[in-house]
Amino acid sequence: MTATDPDRPEERRSGVPDATARARRSDHHPINWLLLVPLALTLFPPIYNSIDPTIGDVPFFYWYQMAAIVVSVVVTLLVYRKTRP
Amino acid sequence: MFDNVNGVELTVFVVLFVLVSGMGFFAARWRRADDLEHLDEWGLGGRNFGGWITWFLLGGDLYTAYTFVAVPALVFGAGAIGFFAVPYTIVVYPIVFLVLIRLWSVSHVHGFVTPADFVRARHGSSTLALLVALTGIVATMPYIALQLVGIEAVLKAMGVTGHLPIIVAFAILAAYTYSSGLRAPALIAFVKDTLIYLVIIVAVIVIPYKLGGWDVIFGAAEKKFTASPNPADGVILGGPAQLQYATLAFGSALALFLYPHSVTAVLASRDRNVIKRNMAALPAYSFILGLLALLGYMAIAAKITPITNDAGKADANTIVPLLFDNMFPSWFAGVAFAAIGIGALVPAAIMSIAAANLWTRNVYVEYINKDATPKQEARSSKLASLVVKIGALVAILALDPQFSIDLQLIGGIIILQTLPAVALGLYTRWFHRWGLIAGWAAGMAVGFWTTYQIQQKVFNPDGTITIAKAHFGGSAFPLSKLGLDTTWSIYAGFLALVANLVVCVIATLVFRAMKVADGEDATQSDEYFADSGDPRLHEIPEVVH
Repeated sequence: MTATDPDRPEERRSGVPDATARARRSDHHPINWLLLVPLALTLFPPIYNSIDPTIGDVPFFYWYQMAAIVVSVVVTLLVYRKTRP
Repeated sequence: MFDNVNGVELTVFVVLFVLVSGMGFFAARWRRADDLEHLDEWGLGGRNFGGWITWFLLGGDLYTAYTFVAVPALVFGAGAIGFFAVPYTIVVYPIVFLVLIRLWSVSHVHGFVTPADFVRARHGSSTLALLVALTGIVATMPYIALQLVGIEAVLKAMGVTGHLPIIVAFAILAAYTYSSGLRAPALIAFVKDTLIYLVIIVAVIVIPYKLGGWDVIFGAAEKKFTASPNPADGVILGGPAQLQYATLAFGSALALFLYPHSVTAVLASRDRNVIKRNMAALPAYSFILGLLALLGYMAIAAKITPITNDAGKADANTIVPLLFDNMFPSWFAGVAFAAIGIGALVPAAIMSIAAANLWTRNVYVEYINKDATPKQEARSSKLASLVVKIGALVAILALDPQFSIDLQLIGGIIILQTLPAVALGLYTRWFHRWGLIAGWAAGMAVGFWTTYQIQQKVFNPDGTITIAKAHFGGSAFPLSKLGLDTTWSIYAGFLALVANLVVCVIATLVFRAMKVADGEDATQSDEYFADSGDPRLHEIPEVVH
């Protein structure tokens, strides 16, 4: 994209429209939908509201949600890397 | 004041506290600005914080001393429901990943310092901006007061009583916040978070080992809740509590980033990328919070009894400090107490700065001194930060701390009512400015009405129920009060937000039909994508006022 609008010379110097268009593309990238995964994992307690199976004596309710933190980090990192300028 | 004090604990605590206070004063020189007499410098640390600083600052800001004390206390008392803090802090980051970078961009183009600045420009309504600002101040003040509850719990566990130590601690905090601004909590946050991580990691290894393993811990909790006549407690959620759990987590997540202090920390970051990276890295704290919550069960297994307060009620907030006191050698208990104490200072400083900025930008400049110079703005904020902290201190010392706890509970609910104007406003201008105001009013009304209806019940062993508090007894609103035939309850803030949104939509349609003039939008669509290096940043001097 070339920005040579004579009325806005500052844009020509630093290529604002390019950066803005890139940010717009990254904000609208379909991979952002992955960010719904952490919500789906945690906002329906019936999925994980039970004692069994336990891991090392820790009930499912607790280790599942701790594991969901890890999944959430992985998903967010993935989206971040894919949408990085 | 110092009867039965553990000398080693107190010495370690005081040494670390003094060290951190020194850092607070030194912070004025750190990443030094030409002139601290500008709100961008004092109130936003120069708007130039990189990834690491932002991570520590946000972590220090969002995970407060009160959280560290109150979440395990809730788990200690009621079990699984207290674990809502984990889904709450899982859900919040993906949501704000997309939303807050838009706020960052448009704020940097226009030089906004507060969320109300944005509302003013976006919806062209100073009334709406004032409402958002006042909501923010009212929601933040009791939150600051509660940080004192965190410090008080630690002091009590060390055997220190009386008000003087807290007054001294807060006076020091007020002094370095006044002189260093946002740089002080940013620098101190490094120490705070390092200490917290150290303490929690040691705690979850040492304490289960000493108590005989996780099965003993969960076994003790299970035994306690089976014996308890309260149907709502347990190691997993009772059926009707599930809706409350989910809405509480979701509602709290939405509220978290509407709080002015979180917006302050986000706006202080250098570019969009710093924020995005942080949203991926911040759940590290959620992990710590999850482990921390389990300290509540460890306290049950260790047979901790909370200290009784002056009013004769057991103060559950003392269980974590007591557990540390019980399980750790004195010197390490001192470190743990310092971690909680310092953990109170970081958020208290950021919150008072955020409240002060709201006051300055959206009340002082808007209504009192329209032609304020940057220097006058900075001075106004510095003074306001002192007033806010003195107010918090008085609220805790002169009034019943329960008053601050009630207010903070309502604070989360009322800050949620700014969601349509701030968060939805970042995406759409569809709402009419008076529609947003009507929705806000409806949300506030429902929020107050529902929390007023909520009773705190004590289930006696003989099966009877005593009403411990007739009103403001929690945030779980029983749906039966709406005439629904169910035992389920819902987070009151969530219900208020739904009412708010419904009224926003209806009122917008009505005002449009009546052709009531809408506000002018001073922002442009491109500005929501601006990043650092963009010449538009700060080029448009001040749209607000």
